[in-house]
Amino acid sequence: MSEIVLDAVEVSRDFDVSKPWLQRVVSREPKRTLRAVDNVSFAISRGTTLSLVGESGCGKSTVARLAVGLYAPSGGEIRFEGQPLSAARAQAALRRRMNMIFQDPYASLNPRWRVRDIVAEPIRAFGLLTARDAITARVGELLTQVGLAPADGEKYPHEFSGGQRQRISIARALSSEPEFLVCDEPTSALDVSVQAQILNLMRDLQQRLGLTYLFISHNLAVVRHMSDRLGVMYLGRIVELGPGEDVFRTPRHPYTRLLLDAIPDLDMVGKSRTPVGGEVPSPIDPPSGCTFHPRCPLANDRCRREKPAHTKHGNVLVACHAVEEGRTA
Amino acid sequence: MPLLEVQNLTVEFPTRRGVLRALDGISFDINAGEVLGVVGESGAGKSLTGAAIIGLLEPPGRVAGGQILLNGSRIDNLSRDKLRPIRGKQIGAIFQDPLTTLNPLYSVGRQLVETIQTHLKLSDRDARERAVQWLEEVGIPAARQRIDAYPHEFSGGMRQRVVIALALCAEPRLVIADEPTTALDVSIQAQIIALLRGLTRDHGTSVMLVTHDMGVIAETADRVAVMYAGRIAEIGPVRDVVKHPAHPYTEGLMGSIPSLEHRVERLRQIDGAMPRLTAIPRGCAFNPRCPKVFDRCRNDRPELMEAGVTRAACWLYARGAAHV
Amino acid sequence: MNAVARFIDSDFLYSFRRSPVAIISALVALVCVFGAILSPWIAPHDPFDLASLSLMDSFKPPAFMADGENAYLLGTDDQGRDLLSGIMYGTRISLFVGVLAIGFALAVGITVGLVAGYMGGTVDAVLMRIADVQLTFPAILIALLVDGVVRAVLPREFHEKIEIYVLVFAIGIARWPQFARTVRGSTLVERGREYVMAAQVIGLSRARIMISHILPNVLGPVLVIATLNLGLAILDEATLSFLGVGLPPTQPSLGTLIRIGNDFLFSGEWWVTIFPGIALALMVLSINLLGDWLRDALNPRLR
Ligand SMILES: Nc1ncnc2c1ncn2[C@@H]1O[C@H](COP(=O)(O)OP(=O)(O)OP(=O)(O)O)[C@@H](O)[C@H]1O
Ligand SMILES: Nc1ncnc2c1ncn2[C@@H]1O[C@H](COP(=O)(O)OP(=O)(O)O)[C@@H](O)[C@H]1O
Ligand code: SF4
Ligand code: SF4
Ligand SMILES: [Mg+2]
Ligand SMILES: [Mg+2]
Repeated sequence: MSEIVLDAVEVSRDFDVSKPWLQRVVSREPKRTLRAVDNVSFAISRGTTLSLVGESGCGKSTVARLAVGLYAPSGGEIRFEGQPLSAARAQAALRRRMNMIFQDPYASLNPRWRVRDIVAEPIRAFGLLTARDAITARVGELLTQVGLAPADGEKYPHEFSGGQRQRISIARALSSEPEFLVCDEPTSALDVSVQAQILNLMRDLQQRLGLTYLFISHNLAVVRHMSDRLGVMYLGRIVELGPGEDVFRTPRHPYTRLLLDAIPDLDMVGKSRTPVGGEVPSPIDPPSGCTFHPRCPLANDRCRREKPAHTKHGNVLVACHAVEEGRTA
Repeated sequence: MPLLEVQNLTVEFPTRRGVLRALDGISFDINAGEVLGVVGESGAGKSLTGAAIIGLLEPPGRVAGGQILLNGSRIDNLSRDKLRPIRGKQIGAIFQDPLTTLNPLYSVGRQLVETIQTHLKLSDRDARERAVQWLEEVGIPAARQRIDAYPHEFSGGMRQRVVIALALCAEPRLVIADEPTTALDVSIQAQIIALLRGLTRDHGTSVMLVTHDMGVIAETADRVAVMYAGRIAEIGPVRDVVKHPAHPYTEGLMGSIPSLEHRVERLRQIDGAMPRLTAIPRGCAFNPRCPKVFDRCRNDRPELMEAGVTRAACWLYARGAAHV
Repeated sequence: MNAVARFIDSDFLYSFRRSPVAIISALVALVCVFGAILSPWIAPHDPFDLASLSLMDSFKPPAFMADGENAYLLGTDDQGRDLLSGIMYGTRISLFVGVLAIGFALAVGITVGLVAGYMGGTVDAVLMRIADVQLTFPAILIALLVDGVVRAVLPREFHEKIEIYVLVFAIGIARWPQFARTVRGSTLVERGREYVMAAQVIGLSRARIMISHILPNVLGPVLVIATLNLGLAILDEATLSFLGVGLPPTQPSLGTLIRIGNDFLFSGEWWVTIFPGIALALMVLSINLLGDWLRDALNPRLR
């Protein structure tokens, strides 16, 4: 197996969601925490893409932020190129090798900055180049690489469409010459035709520059297109993790099946389906045992009592009692 | 006779840099009981089409040409007062963000009862009973207990259910649903789509379903109109538009959607971007991006014409044109 | 397109040209500012030149009245000083104090607001409580207090020299919380935006993120409020001077002039207080209207 770039071992992250101190004291409420990410483990090999998919609030963005060190884990450990992430981030030479692409193409670029300064910021911050001309040349090169023109550097973000802004965002991420990119829903705010352009660009860049991606999305079809390995998240946990093809060909976890079933598809013209009921429960007060049990067609008493551990099925890790017991039809 | 006829609808925004034509000669029909999907990239004019039909164009936007007929009579030139009873009673509306439709200060029940009583002559008691029925029908568990709850006490999916109840409770003939599931998670989206489809089928309501998600349209609509730069590029039965698109833009659009069924190395990609309203090219609006462009496309504007089963605004299908 | 062409074409200038209120108040404000700045050169007389004063000229009515003289367009005061020149010099001092005070308040307010909004937590809570407490006292009260303390602490002979800076400090201190709250509010919003996260990912320092990323994005609203507050600061100064705790009669601001003239209001020499009053009202009103317009013009939702 090839070299591991990012390795997350039993990572958890809690957030304090208590009311302000004074209010809490007055109404005698205890401190409340929310576990946004619960015991998540995964590893990403160099040059590959690991995708995380799940519904809103399941902890995808939190994992993304943990992976670049914007949040510190409350438990567990993240290692970047073999070093603990916090130690890696303390060194500019290693910090430079990770960067991030964001969801909202309108909020991810500083509206008061010219595009050339936005793209050049990591170059300046890491002192990769210092001569003005060299920076200008490099920015032009980066803009060309993502399908824009060097002259676009003079403009401000509002002069670009959503897709073009996302290209600028990618150019900025590439400018520190990273090897590892965390992409938090990079195409969720884009139209499908623009999404196709951006996804193609990201794959071209991956092949050309040997990039490693942690790719986050709520769209299973996009994830299937992009990933080598795939993790399905539900309420802060990874419920199924394995090679993309295996997970798509034989989805094992009931939640993965639900997701695959729920996606409106072009091939569904004229057919009807019976959608699974219920909604994602609040992570502040998650159900006992397997958190999916209130919606799960296979739930039984054990599921309500006992948290399922990950068990290996072929190349795929699944956290489900029914799968473990072979109860799935 | 179709329930709704839109003929040559043109919507303009006067600005200081000249008049922006946001919708340019749009024509389509919706039959009774039919679901018409409207797809297109953001800014294509989907929402404006809906807003023009309900008479909720935001000033300075105005209908600058064409007409809209409901049941054969014009509704685009009615005064505010004449339009109000039509809105709600004849045409209901569902928007993307349920919070903008629901009044946070009133209980869900009160809003439903008010809407019901505005349009139907019912006593307080009966109206309340009807409201409970509607909440049950849209799948709110324990509707009788929750009728006096406020919108913020519901989750996003439940709120959208309430909005649907609100849009349908006066039993309109036509519902305009503008991105009703875009703000929702996939599993909730599937529930809402199934609900909307079932309810409108049971009540014989027609639906204009505006969304940018082709998958949603494929599962829900009978026919679909594909919009591009303020015009309709192609319109026809969903199956044909999805499986055998005639217009080069529709073809590109379908190819750019990643599939769950099979993995491809590269997605099909239409280069460039939809033009801004200020810079719509002469002739066919799609011509700078079209792989099949030819001379005529750059000069003459194509109108919708027969293209096999569907109708497409593309010169490839002009009578006597050499088919590619 | 170069910057000038872009400005001429901008929505900003367009909305300015379409607003008669904005144009008129800008004109009035410009006249006041230029009249004030250039007063040593364009004022008909020098009210500080004791040699040119003569009690013979005292209480001359304005030129349009029966006894008026053309040399004294708006008449003279009790010491024979030309009122028009006095107003011009007074406006100069009033503006000086107002602008400096607002500048001071801006510097404090923006720094506190940025730090509180970006750091959050305890820092935020402490800074904002301080601002809250101060907001509950009217500006004038705080200015009176500071002024009083400084007077008590510093020796008498210093008073005249530093009086103007005491005034600037007092008014500035009274007005910073408003700026701090506005900046904090916008900073909270900006802090959550992804461009800030992008800067955090590459490891920029907090100070650098605050200054180069957040500051340019929170400046707009606070500058509008500053314009509105400039008018109020000038009024603060006038009020303080009127109450006698402001500038001494040797350095008369508009407020001082009004106070001096007030004594003669009922003895028939109304012009000595009315004209400085009108000048003050015009200036403050035009600055406020301009600030109002600015606020609306910069608010995309009102366009
Ligand atoms: N800073 C925070 N403070 C408190 N709670 C938080 C914070 N950040 C995230 N959470 C909570 O943690 C959970 C996971 O959030 P996260 O943003 O990772 O979800 P997500 O999967 O990215 O969802 P989406 O699809 O909506 O982006 C949510 O319940 C969220 O409310
Ligand atoms: N109030 C407005 N003023 C000017 N242009 C507008 C206004 N509202 C919409 N438009 C323009 O009309 C076009 C169509 O908008 P819309 O119908 O909202 O698109 P969508 O297909 O995404 O629903 C867009 O180019 C949009 O910018
Ligand atoms: S553990 Fe039980 S409840 Fe959870 S997914 Fe498996 S069968 Fe369903
Ligand atoms: S009219 Fe011409 S340019 Fe337009 S879609 Fe058809 S072939 Fe392409
Ligand atoms: Mg997220
Ligand atoms: Mg829309």
